Amino acid sequence: MPAEAAKPGRLRRFLDSDIGWSFRRTPAAWLSALVLAILILTALFCPLIAPQNPHDLAQIFIDKAEIPPIWSQDGEWPFLLGTDPQGRDVFSAILYGTRVSLIIGFSAVMVSMVIGVSLGLISGFYGGRIDNLLMRLGDTVLSIPTLLMAILVSAIFRELLPPALRDPFAAAVLVLSISLTSWVQYARTVRASTMVERRKEYVLAARIIKVPAGRIMRRHILPNTLTPVMVAATLNLGLAILSEATLSFLGVGMPITQPSLGTLIRIGNQYLFSGSWWLVVFPSLQLGLIVLSVNLLGDWLRDALNPKLR
Amino acid sequence: MPAFLFKRFVNAAGVMLAVAFLAFLTFRFVGDPVELMLNEQASQAQRDELRVRLGLDKGFVLQFATFVGNAVRGDFGISYRNQQEVFTLIAERFPATCELVLVATFLSLAVGIPLGVYTAIKRDSLLAKALQFISVLGVSLPSFALGILFILVFSVTLQWLPAFGRGEVVQLGWWSTGLLTASGRKALILPGITLSLFQITLVMRLVRAEMLETMRTDFIRFARARGLPSRAVHFRHALRNCLMPVITVTGLQIGNLIAFALVTETVFQWPGMGMLFVQAVTFVDIPVMAAYLIVVSFIFVSLNTLVDLTYAWVDPRLREDALSGGANAR
Repeated sequence: MPAEAAKPGRLRRFLDSDIGWSFRRTPAAWLSALVLAILILTALFCPLIAPQNPHDLAQIFIDKAEIPPIWSQDGEWPFLLGTDPQGRDVFSAILYGTRVSLIIGFSAVMVSMVIGVSLGLISGFYGGRIDNLLMRLGDTVLSIPTLLMAILVSAIFRELLPPALRDPFAAAVLVLSISLTSWVQYARTVRASTMVERRKEYVLAARIIKVPAGRIMRRHILPNTLTPVMVAATLNLGLAILSEATLSFLGVGMPITQPSLGTLIRIGNQYLFSGSWWLVVFPSLQLGLIVLSVNLLGDWLRDALNPKLR
Repeated sequence: MPAFLFKRFVNAAGVMLAVAFLAFLTFRFVGDPVELMLNEQASQAQRDELRVRLGLDKGFVLQFATFVGNAVRGDFGISYRNQQEVFTLIAERFPATCELVLVATFLSLAVGIPLGVYTAIKRDSLLAKALQFISVLGVSLPSFALGILFILVFSVTLQWLPAFGRGEVVQLGWWSTGLLTASGRKALILPGITLSLFQITLVMRLVRAEMLETMRTDFIRFARARGLPSRAVHFRHALRNCLMPVITVTGLQIGNLIAFALVTETVFQWPGMGMLFVQAVTFVDIPVMAAYLIVVSFIFVSLNTLVDLTYAWVDPRLREDALSGGANAR
């Protein structure tokens, strides 16, 4: 496919395809895609948009502490959503926190997808003992409640790291603990479709001309198994962001020095009875908005790609 | 049937062994148990003595075997943090979690089933569509954030309900219950609703899907043709046929609810097992962490196995299926 011809036409082609048609016809789908795009862009470019860098102590003034949101009587420009007891702007903190949450959520989905898809391919392609072993492993992972497993894994990894490295690696530990508990779904889906695909003639043909097994799995079988994986990935993105927020809220996630939305809610929760409601309400709403739009998008994608419903 | 029973039990036992192994690894390799249990002034002789008493001088396999043997007898060692028996700690906290989970389960059925029936029968009405949307909303808002918002509205602003704790409890033998006092019941409302919201949406969606399926079948058409009032058709005929999967999912979800209760318990300072676990994680109190993992997994695995067995008992087709390794109830 020539690159210059593909580039301008891609969006057009997407909108003209079956999926694109259903996308345009479903307000929930394009509205949530729009909201999500705005949230992702504002989070990525937060240093340009946020009135203050919440991690830069030179920009934080303690005399601006606990200012309520701008529309209440004591509100003050430019603190749109108020400030916390250290004088940090809540709006800026939410933008920076969203970036952390989104990065961890996306990475966790990527990592678990890579683990799950590879194991699923191997399992379905070779079958036999490897298949049995991997699927039993998956059963075992699923037989422990996911949340519990994630807390445990992240607590163990943190404890194994030397104290100086705990904060810098907090995000990596979270990604790992979320992915280690959510790869099974991908593995099962890919395994099922691989078992169907490997008996087909094109795979047989590739085998006859001695294409290496790894290449057959990657280049021939993988593309034919990806549709359900994409749906699962979208729905899991919402779950991953929620898991991250839950872990951070419980205190086994992101540290206060690089807060995610969950950490912000955890901090805000401590001021619940002092009347500073804005510290906890706005991060919660932002979190809900992200997960809601991801879920709506995932629901639509599942229905749109399901041939039975067409 | 005996082969199937055997296979299921071996499976469950295998999973429990794997869980125990994970717990054991945590206990053995995250920090040195001897260092964590003694204070800094302890002499070398004391250290060695404790090492021998804990059996840490034995071989790896033998240590694991001892660990499993102790766990089976309910002996999970002594908490690093407050030097109490872990088993007693968990047994004290168990009733609180159990009551919370039962209330949440009851709520999810009492609210979820009617909503599911309604959204299925009146599927094009505006209210049904709104409910459908709210159910997506319920899945999207994290339960801890919802709990905090509830506290903010009903405890801090309106001051109707307590924000934390269990209220007054009554001791019945070793079981402590909050259901018998007014303050105990009041304290259950917010945590119960918070924990059940996700479950309510789940039951509602399930009942709706099952109802839509059942309403298309011939026996419903026949019931209508007999001139039965639609209420009888909906509730006596259609709903009854949807209840089996609802009961299964509810049973399976109890294990998940127990695990999820730890979030709700943290938000509402509810003195249950979950809060004990979260505190243990913060203080790296590994015996408590390991014990909680084993106890919750045990409940989870037992419920799964029980549901599988009931199903196989009711429906012979599943026995064949499970034997060939196809059935994986989730």
